[in-house]
Amino acid sequence: MGKKILLKGNEVMSEAAIQAGCRFFAGYPITPQNEVPEYMSRRMPQVGGVFVQAESEIAAINMVFGASAAGARCMTSSSSPGISLKQEGISYIAGAELPCLIANMQRGGPGLGNIRASQADYFQAVKGGGHGDYRLIVLAPASTQELYNLTMNAFDWADYYRNPVLMLGDGILGQMTEPVEILPYEPILDLPEKDFILDGCKGRDPRVVKTLVLRPAEGLVDHNEHLQKKYRRIESELSLCDEYRVEDADIVIAAYGITSRIAKGAVRMAREKGMKVGLIRPITLWPFPKESFKKVAYDTSQILVVEMSHGQFIEDVKLAIEAACPVEFLGKGGGWYPTEEIILEKIESMITSPVAAKGRV
Amino acid sequence: MDRQETKIVMAGFGGQGIVVIGNILARAAIIEDKNVVGMVCYGAEMRGGTANATVIISNDEIASPFVNHPDMAIILNGPSLDRFEPEISQDGLVLMNTSMISRDPRRSDLACIKVNATKIAHEIGNLRVSNIVSVGAFIEHTRLLSISSIEQAISDLFSNKKAELVEVNLKALHTGAERSTCLQPLDIK
Amino acid sequence: MQTLKRTEVLKDALTHYCPGCGHGIIHRLVAEVIEELGIREITIGTAPVGCAVLLYDYFNCDIIECSHGRPPAVATGIKRIHPDKIVFTYQGDGDLAAIGTAETIHAANRGENITVIFVNNAIYGMTGGQMAPTTLTGMVSTTSRDGRGQHGEGPPLKVCELLSSLDGVYYLERTAVSTPKDVNSTKRAIKKAFQNQIDGKGFSLVEVLSMCPTDWKVSTAKAVDFVNNDMKEVFPLGVYKDKS
Repeated sequence: MGKKILLKGNEVMSEAAIQAGCRFFAGYPITPQNEVPEYMSRRMPQVGGVFVQAESEIAAINMVFGASAAGARCMTSSSSPGISLKQEGISYIAGAELPCLIANMQRGGPGLGNIRASQADYFQAVKGGGHGDYRLIVLAPASTQELYNLTMNAFDWADYYRNPVLMLGDGILGQMTEPVEILPYEPILDLPEKDFILDGCKGRDPRVVKTLVLRPAEGLVDHNEHLQKKYRRIESELSLCDEYRVEDADIVIAAYGITSRIAKGAVRMAREKGMKVGLIRPITLWPFPKESFKKVAYDTSQILVVEMSHGQFIEDVKLAIEAACPVEFLGKGGGWYPTEEIILEKIESMITSPVAAKGRV
Repeated sequence: MDRQETKIVMAGFGGQGIVVIGNILARAAIIEDKNVVGMVCYGAEMRGGTANATVIISNDEIASPFVNHPDMAIILNGPSLDRFEPEISQDGLVLMNTSMISRDPRRSDLACIKVNATKIAHEIGNLRVSNIVSVGAFIEHTRLLSISSIEQAISDLFSNKKAELVEVNLKALHTGAERSTCLQPLDIK
Repeated sequence: MQTLKRTEVLKDALTHYCPGCGHGIIHRLVAEVIEELGIREITIGTAPVGCAVLLYDYFNCDIIECSHGRPPAVATGIKRIHPDKIVFTYQGDGDLAAIGTAETIHAANRGENITVIFVNNAIYGMTGGQMAPTTLTGMVSTTSRDGRGQHGEGPPLKVCELLSSLDGVYYLERTAVSTPKDVNSTKRAIKKAFQNQIDGKGFSLVEVLSMCPTDWKVSTAKAVDFVNNDMKEVFPLGVYKDKS
């Protein structure tokens, strides 16, 4: 076991990236993720890497586009309004099939919103965000240790699938301090050789990295089909989910990221009161762990979706479970977060509701 | 194993070293192999405004990182007492820096540790250690963590800066422990 | 007598450029410079959005095609990872001086060790003749029907003048390709801009005044006259900055 050190989530993610061999970071300050560029500006020179404080989020993501094409493990980070600005570049990176990590420590929106934690960028993260038919691998850690581990994995998945990965955190995950075991990086996959790198055509034919496909006429159709095939492959190979006391649960809470931590506390409180409550937590938001959700839904009476938004994640839950059980909702945006007590109250109201009275489906 | 979880809030003026208190408690908790989650209220205020931070220490996995009703509060100035006193949980505890707080707690269910932290820090010769004076008082009366873990945490935190900083902070810790009072008998579970 | 032949840095391909367009000349000049400096195998070009978007169909070296206006940011990413390689951007007036103004100014001010070829033809060519940031006052385009300046468009943006105030910039020169003398002068400037990068000097930009007869809706001969008589008056040729 490695030594446990005390770091903020934002610093944990940065150190994990450094450990995983990330050697290029470009970003622009925005609360609540400022520790990331600050940490990177200090650490990158120590490891021979590059830190650039970009003139904008747009420039930052395009610098990452260049660095990735140049063969570096690279990343950028921001929070909600800044991630909106990056969407152009993300679309290009996805279209050109370049690996990189993008982190979104979500804050309240829409617009400038506030700097409190939020989960209102779910749609933007998992459904696209930028233009065109593309997908990002989206990860939702619930602790700083998981953030550390997933950040390392993210670079492997990005390289393995040649696809950008989005770390979907929130202001609390970025700001909270927890002991983290700094584990050395070890690749979790046999990584393919990067045969797309632009480093000068000495000894080989010139390479092109591009997203414009004008010729042949059906070229872009073919490229899109190729992308979709890759996405189906990722869906079949990568799906992570965590379950807690769902086996005998009458009600299963579905929550991701920091909300799932609070939900877990509520599950404990409910169990102490004799209520059979469990928790299902997706770790990959895309691919969505549909099978796990479906199985849980068939074995329980009701699902309660809790999220820090007015209902985005709930749509994927409903799609996954194929109406196998009723779904209730608890959520608000704008920086609101649920307490264990609020969740418990909602659970109690569900238990006494007519749906529950009918018993198991 | 009984689940023992303590939620603590620390509050004062920006610049009083609120974050450092949280850092030291968290480091000491790690030394004792406990779980800990810390959070700093982040915002636009850097100096002079009110600052607060929270720490949760548990012998089990910590679920929610949020502290809505702290079991204990370390309060270094008057406005923070006004703000946090109503939020402290029933039969909780408040530590007050009496140098900066002129009133007693309004609630009768709270145990109250009093320490003249800013004055003691002034006597020690470094106003910036009033936070650690408060930690000394806090640990002395709550025994939430062992004094040796706190000493170790202080050494770890300040050793890469200046050696004399470790010394003055340890002095602040012990003086705070000695020169503080607790107004109600405590029953720390 | 010397026989002109295709440089190995250009592919054996027909370009999509219109008759009388200056891009063909400027492509050739950049390619000749790359060949003469012997850097083809270590050069990475960045293509803009605009008429030159298909740069990779013509240049026989590594190329990345960027989103509109972002080549200086993309080039920054590449150059910082491969400081020993040669990175150039090739951008039009919309790419460099409108949508990508921020990227241009900040890459310049950081003194990124890259070479920027800026083709100024005072019009948006690829999209069909809309007003550019460099469209001359009074000039008619499909989005300035009454001539630029009649409806709050402001005067043309002068890139070399603008960038010359930045301490981070190493070399700025404005040239043209409207006379044989200008073509030679442009090649000399481009070569210098690449040599500066090889020598690690920092940000070098060559602005080239160029013809767009199609979207100016004039003959190729008139287009040359327009550069010589009108554009050079608004955009005076010359060295705007040279720290050497």
